[in-house]
Amino acid sequence: MTIKGQAYIAGIYEHPTRHAPDKSTAQLHAEVAKGAIEDAGLTIDDVDGYFCAGDAPGGAWPMVDYLGFNTKKLRHIDSTETGGCSYIIHIGHAAEAIAAGKCSIALVTLAGKPRTSVMPPRAAGAEVDFETAYGATTHNAYGMCAMRHMHDYGTTSEQLAWIKVAASHHAQYNPHAMLKDVVTVEDVVNSPMISDPLHRMDCCVVTDGGGALIVTTPEIAKSLKKPLVRLIGHGEAMKGPRGGKDLDLTYSAGVWSGPRAFEEAGVRPSDIKYASIYDSFTITVLMQLEDLGFCKKGEGGKFVSDGNLISGVGKLPFNTDGGGLCSNHPVNRGGMTKILEAVRQLRGEAHPKVQVPNCDLALVHGTGGLLGVRHAASTAVLERV
Amino acid sequence: MSEAKTQEKKYPAPQGNPETQAFWDAAKQGKFMIKRCTACGEAHYFPRSICPFCFSDKTVWEESAGEGEIYTFSLMRKSPTGPYAIGYVKLKEGPAVQTNFVDCDLGALKIGQKVKVVFKPTDGAPLPFFTTA
Repeated sequence: MTIKGQAYIAGIYEHPTRHAPDKSTAQLHAEVAKGAIEDAGLTIDDVDGYFCAGDAPGGAWPMVDYLGFNTKKLRHIDSTETGGCSYIIHIGHAAEAIAAGKCSIALVTLAGKPRTSVMPPRAAGAEVDFETAYGATTHNAYGMCAMRHMHDYGTTSEQLAWIKVAASHHAQYNPHAMLKDVVTVEDVVNSPMISDPLHRMDCCVVTDGGGALIVTTPEIAKSLKKPLVRLIGHGEAMKGPRGGKDLDLTYSAGVWSGPRAFEEAGVRPSDIKYASIYDSFTITVLMQLEDLGFCKKGEGGKFVSDGNLISGVGKLPFNTDGGGLCSNHPVNRGGMTKILEAVRQLRGEAHPKVQVPNCDLALVHGTGGLLGVRHAASTAVLERV
Repeated sequence: MSEAKTQEKKYPAPQGNPETQAFWDAAKQGKFMIKRCTACGEAHYFPRSICPFCFSDKTVWEESAGEGEIYTFSLMRKSPTGPYAIGYVKLKEGPAVQTNFVDCDLGALKIGQKVKVVFKPTDGAPLPFFTTA
């Protein structure tokens, strides 16, 4: 049993807002749901599967009621919560459900307002008394990874900066990007140090907003008007200190989720024409490129240098919408927007200045939680038919 | 940032639970405890009743020497309560421990540096931190 080719992404929508003081979080979910459903050429009454994560106010049941699904028809619900990569996990789970006949048109939504509302605290696990007081944040948890990666492999701040530079080259063409200015390596390494060794420009943006997508059967997708994009491989994994044995913060759970997705898809990293890589920080991208096999462990710094991630310039165009580093990281969760830009690339709907020619095979990879503490990872391989 | 020093911060009191109460009781005596599995021989942290490596329930408390070296760290400079350094210490007994480095020059921390445990008071049991040895 495989999900290869059994599910298509038939509708996508990214909210244009990056600052939404005049909207509610539930409203943003509704607006992105409406956008994705209309992009597919469907109606809310057609939807029989719903996927959401921790950003959905109150979880799945208030959202199902609020959005107004046809509850006689809605027959598959999944609220798997793995932080920012939840939505990449969701498309895999949606494909499983579709392959098993449990639903035929699944909606996935993400939305929220970290800039203009109070974010609910992260739920505590068994580690609470042994970690909370030490103040792990995204910045210092990823800083710890970068510090050790530099120690073990000689990675430099200048190499990390190339990742931001590449994202900024793409963001200049995205009218909705929060940061549209092209930056240089010098700009990045001279920006204020936030949590060593990460500078302000090593960090992603904080944005209000959201996105949504529709996953459906091959038959329904072919009956709609959009270019055909299907899921051909998927993997998910988790990693944490696990009792503190052999702690190694220089690799992520992508070392497990990646090969699972590539094996199912029957492709190799060198086959990938475009990659959406989770970019909460520059170090996130560098480690994941290594973990996914785009280069050897420890050689990420060399791989990203000299514009190798810039579309039209380098070997592996990445995050051509400007990514989380420059465009959008809604609700501090970058997984949804990673899928959306990969689908745009496969449809040929990316901005002409960054569109990859003949883009028929794309990878989406994301992380959720804290890379330096405990996290999830998910990898998806998408193909244009 | 070499002038960055630890500010006296108020730390949250551990809530404790039946599985970990012995850790906090020992902390009140200035002892830093880890758990060791007598089935597979591995030590772990934070403490669990079931070994996270072999899933045996034959785990016992053991006092750690409280000594180790810095595996990694990051100095958070943008914090309303002042700069602080989070990191992991690899204990002599093996397990890695998440902590803050305190009572030392935070601007001079280095991977591989020798450190030792020090307890800081809370409104409940004291919390373990590490400082340069």
